[in-house]
Amino acid sequence: MDMISLAHTAVVPVILANLALLASSRLVTCIRLVALQGAVISVTPLIFETGPLSVHTAVLCAVALSLKGLVFPWLLHRTLRRVVVRHEIEPYLGYPLSILLGILGLLASLWLAARLGVPEASSRSFAAAFATILTGLLLIVTRKKAFTQVMGYLAAENGIFLLTAVLAPGGPLFIELTILLDVFVAVFVMGIAIHHINRQFDSIDTDRFCSLKD
Amino acid sequence: MTARALSVLVPLLAAPLAFGVIHRIKARFAGRQGKPLTQIYRDIRKCLGKGATISRTTTWLFRAGPTINLAVTLTALLFVPLGGLPAAVSFPGDIFVFAYLLAMGRFFTIMAALDTGSSFEGMGASREAVYSCLAEPMLFLALLALARHSGDLSLAGMLSAVSAGSWLTGAPILALVTVALFLILLAENCRVPFDDPTTHLELTMIHEVMVLDHGGPDLGFIEYARTLKLWIFAAIATSLLLPAASGSLAFDALWGVAGIFAAAAAVGVTESVMARLRLTRVPPLLAAAGAFAALALILVEG
Amino acid sequence: MSLYLTALFVLLASALAALASGRGRAANLLGPFGCILGCLLGILAAVSALFSPAPPVLRLPWSVPYGAISLNIDPLSALFLLPAFILGAAAALYGRGYLSGLAGKRHLGAHWFFFCLMVLGMSLTVCAANAVFFLVSWEIMSLAPFFLICLHHEEDRVRSAARTYLFAAHLGTAFLMAFFLILGHLAGSMEFSAMAAVAPAGLGPFVPALFFLALAGFGVKAGIVPLHVWLPEAHPAAPSHVSAFMSGALIKAGVYGVLRSLTFLGPLAPWIGQTLLALGILTGILGLLAGLGQGELKRFLAFSSIENMGIIFLALGLGVLSCATGHPGAALLAFSGLLLHVVNHALLKGLLFFGAGSVLHAVGHGYMERLGGLSKRMPFTAAACVLAGAAISGLPPGNAFFGELLIYVGGGLAAMDMPLTDAVWAWSGVAGLAFIGGLSVIGFTRAMGIVFSGEPRSADAAKAHDPAPSMRAAMWLLGMLALGAALAAPFLFTAMLPAARLLLAGQSPALPVLPKVAVNPETLLTAAVCIAFGAAALALALAFVRNRLLSGRSVRSHGTWDCGYIKPAPRMQYTASSYAEPMTVLFRRLLGEKRRFTPPDGLFPATGASRFASKTPDRVMDGLFVPLFAAVGAACDAVKRFQHGNLNLYILYLLATLVILLAAALGFAA
Repeated sequence: MDMISLAHTAVVPVILANLALLASSRLVTCIRLVALQGAVISVTPLIFETGPLSVHTAVLCAVALSLKGLVFPWLLHRTLRRVVVRHEIEPYLGYPLSILLGILGLLASLWLAARLGVPEASSRSFAAAFATILTGLLLIVTRKKAFTQVMGYLAAENGIFLLTAVLAPGGPLFIELTILLDVFVAVFVMGIAIHHINRQFDSIDTDRFCSLKD
Repeated sequence: MTARALSVLVPLLAAPLAFGVIHRIKARFAGRQGKPLTQIYRDIRKCLGKGATISRTTTWLFRAGPTINLAVTLTALLFVPLGGLPAAVSFPGDIFVFAYLLAMGRFFTIMAALDTGSSFEGMGASREAVYSCLAEPMLFLALLALARHSGDLSLAGMLSAVSAGSWLTGAPILALVTVALFLILLAENCRVPFDDPTTHLELTMIHEVMVLDHGGPDLGFIEYARTLKLWIFAAIATSLLLPAASGSLAFDALWGVAGIFAAAAAVGVTESVMARLRLTRVPPLLAAAGAFAALALILVEG
Repeated sequence: MSLYLTALFVLLASALAALASGRGRAANLLGPFGCILGCLLGILAAVSALFSPAPPVLRLPWSVPYGAISLNIDPLSALFLLPAFILGAAAALYGRGYLSGLAGKRHLGAHWFFFCLMVLGMSLTVCAANAVFFLVSWEIMSLAPFFLICLHHEEDRVRSAARTYLFAAHLGTAFLMAFFLILGHLAGSMEFSAMAAVAPAGLGPFVPALFFLALAGFGVKAGIVPLHVWLPEAHPAAPSHVSAFMSGALIKAGVYGVLRSLTFLGPLAPWIGQTLLALGILTGILGLLAGLGQGELKRFLAFSSIENMGIIFLALGLGVLSCATGHPGAALLAFSGLLLHVVNHALLKGLLFFGAGSVLHAVGHGYMERLGGLSKRMPFTAAACVLAGAAISGLPPGNAFFGELLIYVGGGLAAMDMPLTDAVWAWSGVAGLAFIGGLSVIGFTRAMGIVFSGEPRSADAAKAHDPAPSMRAAMWLLGMLALGAALAAPFLFTAMLPAARLLLAGQSPALPVLPKVAVNPETLLTAAVCIAFGAAALALALAFVRNRLLSGRSVRSHGTWDCGYIKPAPRMQYTASSYAEPMTVLFRRLLGEKRRFTPPDGLFPATGASRFASKTPDRVMDGLFVPLFAAVGAACDAVKRFQHGNLNLYILYLLATLVILLAAALGFAA
């Protein structure tokens, strides 16, 4: 299989995971989807590598894979058990509308890829990456539970990772930076923030934050 | 010439056998022996030999429904290839004629159901109309993906352009299209998870309930048309998985038949391990099939 | 040309003769038959113009400034004359029977005067070659139906529908006046030939403004969302033969207008094609979704007309986009499909409105929830309506299928060859067309199934009977024409080819001859006709086999088995709103469906204690136009304060105006 079809094989689970994330209300499903997306994305630098495969890149991909595929899901599951919540409550935008916006985001990313002059071979992957970022942002903006917002953040992370893999192949610096970003912000912010919110208030429902004023 | 004739004759004779395969597999999953594979032939023969009881409320529409349905299914069969054998009729743009012929059959089945003045059949008619309306665009998207991939706008042409080589270069695209076509097969033939063909409870029926009042030769026509429709969609879905034609006629025909039986087995397994979906969940599943097809369309290099 | 002018003269003469013959039976004889004669002559003229090598032209001077009586029957105009004259004749024949009971009670002379004038106006409009003349005939064509709608003017809803129609028509005309003024100024003359010659060099930055003005003006007439709000009010309120003509022919004048303006605007940018495509898909889907919520038969048919206009604009957008991106072959197919659909839809929609009219005439109303079982009492109408409903949803072997097939193949070719960002539009077009077709199947199985099949749901339905011979003859005429159009689809395509070429030449003037199409349309249509009619023949053969099988055996008649239910009642049948519910529930927020539901209470609920009512209002009307007009009304009320009737203040106004003008003149002079 040549590079293009390998890239396509990677892109398909990413896009499908985006749409499924927008559609599902069960938090466990969301964790699994983000984990799957992260796992697929962490091997993409190996696909897009232009020169010979370096051990450095392979090790970095292995680290990313273990982080996104094992560590983060485990942490999230642990938090979920502590917080005892199973389902997203009614979001600001209904599920069908979210899916429609996700599809529009994908189409907009395709258009953007054409406009920016991304080479034909990687245009689909670029579009998938950008669409993943948009999906993550959409989740952060429209969902009420802090948990789902963290999911959205992780999805956006995945998108950024894929974007760097597509646009700057063979650059382990970017991969390292992205992984570092993941470790710091996701682990600390996610773990601490959710625990703090849960400890200070009765729920991790960000909608209730409005009741804080005056 | 004989190849084209074979691709029509074989289904005419063997379509009920594929149905028998589904029943057998479901029976084995349930721990039973199951009906003999040739049972449907006997059922159809029994129906054709009976008289009829026609409802007083109905008119010519009720009597025309099964006849028109069988006629259009037979005509649609002309477009479908069998494994490596070419289809009997093929011209660019025939996918649209094919899909709309089946829609014609559906229209008159629905009208026949409404003709009985029964609320059960009205229920089935309403659901059938809505779900097929949602499934049609998805079918076209999947076929358009194949057309773009193969550069040919005829059904037989786009299916025969898929060979083992195209799987090596375009596996994700073809896999997505195959999954989409399989879901559409389940939807159009009213199998689980869209509809449960074995129960007669109003909560679960779509197709079964529309034909409640038919009996005798009409029911025989309906059963036979159902087996042909399954064959048609199975042939389309499995042509993607079977590599291109070899030289010999008999081998191609056998290969095609084997593919269709494999598809029937897959349907049987799906029916045994899954439950029917709540009816409100059916449109999202059809939308998912459409999403697969659309994704395949996007991935095809233009 | 002389044949055409004779036809116009006959129409005018029959109009005046009908008016002169007063209220009674004589008017009901002179009016329709004169109209039929004129229309027959007109059909001959249109067909001969379609096949003549050079378009007939007439130019006479006129005293109106910039105006001239300028007629040019080029292939596009000849094509649009066909629905006008065919439906004019059929509607006149139908109307004679429909109105025969009203002779003496209503002024039939005036009615037929305006009917002939309406047909006359439309035929002048599509052949006019001078902008002033065009606007005058457009006004005649738009005003005449107002009087026709008002036949039953004592009913409130008829009056309000006529008023809505008048407002909408005039708003559209206002946009058209702006369009022609700007275009005429740029071209230097009001003649269409001069306007066509000025593109594209002379137009430059004005193209977007001109496009939107034309779209707004002609779109109102064609019924594009969101300018469609008058259609579902006006078409049901009018008597059925008038509705048939309005739905079948008059709204096509809007389509003609858009096509003609696009030839003035020269090669169009892709965004125009994309806008038209998006509008077409939106109109088709929203039109029919709203139609699924309607409980009245003619209102549903009006929404179906909106949907078919959506299909036409979808094809237009596809064609323009294909031309703009360099795929003239696909564009040719899309344009020919569009033109075929114009004629096919006219025939079928006329037939459907005639059927609905027969139901109304027999039962007294068109509320589907109170009908049912009419198939046994009016078998001819039922058969005609069911077959026409199947045909208009685009199912083979109906004639509308062949037009849609061309659009599909054009879209498919474009979808295969275009680069990704453009191809997405083509895919949406194909998928949208499939979805619209599916919605149409739901709508027509609902309408025809609920009205004609099953058992009567109320006592009204038992009064039904088949209509009078002249009404039936009109239905036969249109049905036979539709069947002929289906069988002769390849020949119709060849007849439409000059018109399609004209549209193509407007978009890509660099193409001298017919572009090479990857799929030969004539072979495609011939194959499709053979397959479709072959399937029909096979169905007949199987029916014969079935009857032979049953011939010696017992065929009993019994109540509906219904899975063993013992006591079915007619009120237990599926209702129209239940039938459409799985679809409307998916779009409930979009449609704004309102439900009032009191569920049954307790173990033994009392009769009549629980009720369910659902209503689908027209969101565009209530959300956009009603507030808009209210705001305009409020502004006008504010201005009314100047109109107080005080003579002193009026003289003060005059004085103030004179002083200001004097100051201005002195200021400029200095």
